[in-house]
Amino acid sequence: MSDTSVNMAHGMGENLSEPIKNNSILQLSNITVSFDGFRALNDLTLTFQVNELRCIIGPNGAGKTTMMDVITGKTRADSGTVFFNQTIDLSNLSEPEIARVGIGRKFQKPTIFENHTVFENLELAMKVDKRVRHSLFAVVDDLTRDRISDTLRLIHLGEHTEQVAGRLSHGQKQWLEIGMLLMQEPQLLLLDEPVAGMTDDETERTGELFNSLKGKQSLVVVEHDMAFVEQLKSNVIVLHEGSVLCEGDLATVQANPKVIEVYLGR
Amino acid sequence: MKTNRTPFVIRFFAATGCKGWLAIGFFSLLTFVLVPAAHLMLPADHALHVSDYAITLIGKVMCYAIVAVAMDLIWGFAGILSLGHGLFFALGGYAFGMYLMRSIGLDGVYKSHLTDFMVFLDWKEYPWYWTGTEHFLYAVFLVLVIPASLAFVFGYFAFRSRIKGVYFAIISQALTFAFMLLFFRNATGFGGNNGFTDFKRILGYSITAPEMRVTLFALSAFMLMFTLILGRYLMQSKFGRILTAIRDAEMRVMFLGYNPLWYKLFIWTVSAMLCAIAGALYVPQVGIINPSEMSTANSIEIAIWTAVGGRGTLVGPVIGAFLVNLSKSWFTVAFPEYWLFFLGLLFVVVTLLLPQGMVGLWQKLRHRSMR
Repeated sequence: MSDTSVNMAHGMGENLSEPIKNNSILQLSNITVSFDGFRALNDLTLTFQVNELRCIIGPNGAGKTTMMDVITGKTRADSGTVFFNQTIDLSNLSEPEIARVGIGRKFQKPTIFENHTVFENLELAMKVDKRVRHSLFAVVDDLTRDRISDTLRLIHLGEHTEQVAGRLSHGQKQWLEIGMLLMQEPQLLLLDEPVAGMTDDETERTGELFNSLKGKQSLVVVEHDMAFVEQLKSNVIVLHEGSVLCEGDLATVQANPKVIEVYLGR
Repeated sequence: MKTNRTPFVIRFFAATGCKGWLAIGFFSLLTFVLVPAAHLMLPADHALHVSDYAITLIGKVMCYAIVAVAMDLIWGFAGILSLGHGLFFALGGYAFGMYLMRSIGLDGVYKSHLTDFMVFLDWKEYPWYWTGTEHFLYAVFLVLVIPASLAFVFGYFAFRSRIKGVYFAIISQALTFAFMLLFFRNATGFGGNNGFTDFKRILGYSITAPEMRVTLFALSAFMLMFTLILGRYLMQSKFGRILTAIRDAEMRVMFLGYNPLWYKLFIWTVSAMLCAIAGALYVPQVGIINPSEMSTANSIEIAIWTAVGGRGTLVGPVIGAFLVNLSKSWFTVAFPEYWLFFLGLLFVVVTLLLPQGMVGLWQKLRHRSMR
């Protein structure tokens, strides 16, 4: 049902006066991706609502990272559609274009600029004109500095501003990458295992950070750490063999016999 | 947001720090005043006299140094190894060489308005692409535009297809080789394997006059300094930070919303343009340009200068270019047959032991002595 309303809104073109009942930020419809005959995503249909935090869990090979690749343009779907904000068809956009319309992505392995300082990492991430012409003449102004110091406070890296990012601890690198995403001011944040390799204390603080973003930004978190998922108190989607197995709050999902079977093996 | 912005010109020159300007001041004094004076005013038997040979040699090496810095911009900062820089250098040389050939006038061997090689091939008129090359400014325009356009088109397709690393190096080498074969043909209209030589004058002034020699020397020095100041500005700007970010984590750069294609293409084209200018300054100083400038070995040697001096340091490649070329001119006289072995050995030693080149070695030594 939501599917048709999306298509209609799109079909209407730029007619924004049309009341949109569906308030989705991201709509994946019937996505299929195959690698050499292996179906990484199998007719996957999923909707994420605006300003919602959702967790995605699933065993290895369930298609979680492939799903993120399809959304961010790294992998093209064999069939199906991805709509952002109901009207933007992501399958026609390149990775940088998708980033600019407002989707930020954190990789499984922290991916930051190791030879740049923490400050520079955040500076490069900031939402500004990203064309060569602008970068050639850009100056670090007060606005940039303010935004960076706000972000540094959120990610607890205030004392490491001038440090080279490669020297940070693993958990700090994870935070820096999250900070870079926040500097991008995306409408939708995709986080692939954001607490992997963090200490318990760091994990808890990350959970607090995400909880504070709830309601301000749309977040999709892929995670294996069940304690962390529990802390986020969000709706959970279980992926299995490239499609949705079930959906609900964590307790319900964990009690689902199909989920137990998938996780414990056949 | 735009208030209190320092004008661009000031920021451009301020990117080179105090020490840098001190060095540039010293270098200017040396190349614009002291060396020309020592060459023109002191008698040949004076102890401080700078000989023709020395002026030409240093002038030539300064052109090489420009190429080495250009290579550093693309290899050291953007992480893209080009084995095609010899091509842009040679094309710049050929473009200016056309003007030099035209200005021989009727003083050639055959006393014809055509160049000697065209008379020899029994051509009756200049090919269409020689049109206008008798004008100095048009030749300068060609130097600036032709190699850069080639670089832009080649770079656009290569970077758009996300060709990287060793694959990029190989296709840039293949491009250079293809051009070398093209220029070896007599029918191409650039003098075949003899290329251009026997130049007589620039803008009416004799090319062999000491004043001309000194002028070309000073121009090369000026261009080298300009290249360094430009490089320093680019690398201290946000553009430079994005370029090194592309080198280190291209995926992250893309997911931040930057399109690496245009960043690579910009620095690649600038680099090619600098090579072309260096080539145009080089040809009148050495008095010859032929397709062997596009040989594989030449482009590899450029990479060696940069590696020896220190990648990503700007000043390192200048040191590398001087070190390798001055030892080359000594070696090829003293032990001509061993030069290539020495060059190979140098490259292996630098790669294995000094990944940061001479600049890295200097920093390491200074660091040790401070402790």
